[in-house]
Amino acid sequence: MKLTVNGTQREVDCEPDMPLLWALRDLLQLRGTKYGCGKGLCGACTVHLDGQARRSCQVTVADASGGAITTIEGLSADGQHPLQQAWREHNVPQCGYCQPGQIMAASALLAANPGASDDEIRSTMSGNLCRCGTYPRIHAAIKSAQYTNAAVEKAEDEA
Amino acid sequence: MNTLRKVSRRRFLQLTGFTAGGLVLGARVPGPGALAGVLDEATGSALNIFVSVRADGIVEIVAHRSEMGTGIRTGLPQIVADEMEADWQRVKVIQAQANPAYGSQNTDGSRSVRDFYLVMRQMGAAARTLLETAAADTWGVPAAQCRAREHVVHGPGGQTLGFGELAARAAKLPMPDTATLRMKAEADFRYVGQSLPIVDLDAMLAGEAVYGIDVQLPDMLYASIERSPWLQGKIESLESDAALAMAGVVDVVTLEAADGAPGFNPIEGVAVLAENNWSALRGRDALKLRWSASAHSEHSATQYLDGLAALVESGPGEVRRERGDVSAALERAEQMVRATYRTPYLAHASMEPPVATARVAAGSCEIWACTQTPQATRKAVAEALGLDVDAVVVHVTLLGGGFGRKSKPDFAVEAARLSSRAGRPVQVVWSREDDIRHDYFHACSAQHFQGALDAQGQVTAWLAREAAPPIGATFDPSVQMNSEGGLSQTFASVPFAVPNLRIESHPAPAHVRIGWLRSVYNIPYAFGVGSFVDELAHAAGRDPIAFWLDLLGEDRRLDFAGEGFNYSNYGRSLEDFPYDTARLAGVIRTLAERVPWKQSLPAGQGWGFSAANSFLSNMAVASKVEVRDGQLRVLEMHGVLDAGRVINPDRVHAQMEGGMIFGLSLALNGEITFERGEAQQSNFHDYPIARMQQVPPVIKTHIMPSAAPPSGVGEPPTPPVAPSVANAVFAASGQRIRELPLGKHLDV
Ligand code: FES
Ligand code: FES
Repeated sequence: MKLTVNGTQREVDCEPDMPLLWALRDLLQLRGTKYGCGKGLCGACTVHLDGQARRSCQVTVADASGGAITTIEGLSADGQHPLQQAWREHNVPQCGYCQPGQIMAASALLAANPGASDDEIRSTMSGNLCRCGTYPRIHAAIKSAQYTNAAVEKAEDEA
Repeated sequence: MNTLRKVSRRRFLQLTGFTAGGLVLGARVPGPGALAGVLDEATGSALNIFVSVRADGIVEIVAHRSEMGTGIRTGLPQIVADEMEADWQRVKVIQAQANPAYGSQNTDGSRSVRDFYLVMRQMGAAARTLLETAAADTWGVPAAQCRAREHVVHGPGGQTLGFGELAARAAKLPMPDTATLRMKAEADFRYVGQSLPIVDLDAMLAGEAVYGIDVQLPDMLYASIERSPWLQGKIESLESDAALAMAGVVDVVTLEAADGAPGFNPIEGVAVLAENNWSALRGRDALKLRWSASAHSEHSATQYLDGLAALVESGPGEVRRERGDVSAALERAEQMVRATYRTPYLAHASMEPPVATARVAAGSCEIWACTQTPQATRKAVAEALGLDVDAVVVHVTLLGGGFGRKSKPDFAVEAARLSSRAGRPVQVVWSREDDIRHDYFHACSAQHFQGALDAQGQVTAWLAREAAPPIGATFDPSVQMNSEGGLSQTFASVPFAVPNLRIESHPAPAHVRIGWLRSVYNIPYAFGVGSFVDELAHAAGRDPIAFWLDLLGEDRRLDFAGEGFNYSNYGRSLEDFPYDTARLAGVIRTLAERVPWKQSLPAGQGWGFSAANSFLSNMAVASKVEVRDGQLRVLEMHGVLDAGRVINPDRVHAQMEGGMIFGLSLALNGEITFERGEAQQSNFHDYPIARMQQVPPVIKTHIMPSAAPPSGVGEPPTPPVAPSVANAVFAASGQRIRELPLGKHLDV
């Protein structure tokens, strides 16, 4: 089966009902996408499928094939996506394990809703668990990225 | 050598690679044979077991403790770099393999900094001394006239040589004696006390950080294991044909468990080995298995806890600490207050479940694991395979959380046994269900308190009785009474200046594997103690914070002498780390100044407070909640911590935020129950951990400035949270909840 991951066509040899999570990790060696629950409950496995945040443990390879998949490895070429920068500014990670999923969820949220309100951030990001308790910093980092975005847009408008 | 109070000087020198004569022992740890690119190893000239310097100037510093989110892989090397005058930009952190030469690598008990702060400084000072001496020899000047500063040694005539240029020569010099090392003045610290970003930050944000689950070896199989649903069940029957017929499944292997103490041994189980995780999981679903009953297969958590509660209410237990005459004082009481509290079993649920990879070859074994205890892992694997410890290499990956679960190496032993059987590398991946059902569970508890108040509202008697299955039972099932170490966690070590005090225990036989979880017995005991102080305060008509301070009495150092209780002080002497009530009172007063504790609030809102001394640190927490129509919302949490000198303040704040959220999670949601010996929860839907929406929008943390020796940080923020929230619920609603989690009584 064919998968388009981070802009590249990849071939995987597996049953069509294999969850995308395991295909990415075990077959394509893309291990930034994490396993946390396998049941759509934790968000550790979040990737983008055609720009939407999806739990890759709940998407089969068959469903994903034909779509454009982005994983944490493909979010930015140089680790400088505005959210990665904001995450750095706030030193968000503790153990770091949940963070790829957090960043993928947050980036899909801001792409769809750049001005997401505090409540919208809290409700969307509540799908992603962090056992280390980095929530206050995740929230702060998303706000930072919003401000930066808004400032950039304003500057572009004025220019 | 005031640094060597805990371990003898000889022992210390062995641990650190120095000899008394000042000669270095085998400076480099054994070659790892690690898979290139999976984990690093040092390549520079070794100056001691923690420090190597490459010719290009990169200083390689070994982190011998496990990184599970505290920032220790940054904090300890940060101390070394500061003391040796290395430029942090040119430091590379190397993760240690298991090796007793480093001293203890058990990353638990909030003790990495408290036990290694001075050792790290000595490692840095020793490396700096060698570099300075090498420069002095090169220039033919006295070493005392050469000074290292920011990666360069400066000579008396303005000469300079970089660390990289000096490395090879420095590595050939005899080791300096630790007793004569010149240490930096604390005022000159460059990095200690600075919030350096963690060394793994970029890798974590790019998805490139390597956790236990991310190790992949050529030809590796994945294993998923179905284990006995109750403690000490045995495989009664197994049909594996359907599993073996499934695509990708390679083998089905039984893992028998010996009788006896659970220890670090794997639970009896059946492993499906497959080419990928999905095939292993599907194969496992197709197994047909029956398990034999055991002495624990009828365990019901509800009945058990009812039994413990009846026991502590029924009458005296074994006295563990006593002063004065509690019974007489209770009889004389103007007002008597009594209450019984219950706390449930908990599971760790780190986001990364236990995962280990093993490659067994003839007569040797390599392990890659997210372990908190590399040396115990090495020993357990060696024993299981009948190998010499030296034949086992343990590589430590990053840990996606640990919280005590990954101190137990049963999962590495599983991988080793399976690789040995399969003749191929094997990675054992615990599913979330495995993790929650087969944990080393945090003990449940029942606690009963009686307090006497006199006419002035002063506490004249404090009686406390507990029953909780002891961790010791995991290693010796005949142990039924909590140890002094267990009771030293808040319950028997209460710092209150009451004239009559008695602490009692009842036995509680264990029916599940009991383990330690972040802050351990402080969780139940700080809930009992912190709730009961609040109940006494309200009975006396007093402000709870003022009441706490009164109960602490005059500032003093506790010695527990003459009360029949051998306080463990987290393994350190009271001389080195006194239990100073002034510091506990200090965090309480500081917190009271920082929160509008006495503000008048709308109906349905309230503040709650609690405090605890744990892991040699002091922490106070105030929480503000709203209770409306049976719905509890936590609006604010404030914490103040005194942990002595702080190495990396940002990481300490992060531990406070995380530790408080961990405490909130267990206060609101955490509960594992058992029926017929089987854990009734299996994943995050029925064992919820706090989500962003449950966490208050306001969490404020404050670190007390201090030059006292560093004490614990990772665990102390957790214990006061649950009682502070329960006390706030009472203030907000008048409802006193004496049982965790609060979610059993209110919508959370
Ligand atoms: S692993 Fe997919 S949501 Fe948890
Ligand atoms: S940072 Fe550890 S689980 Fe989120």
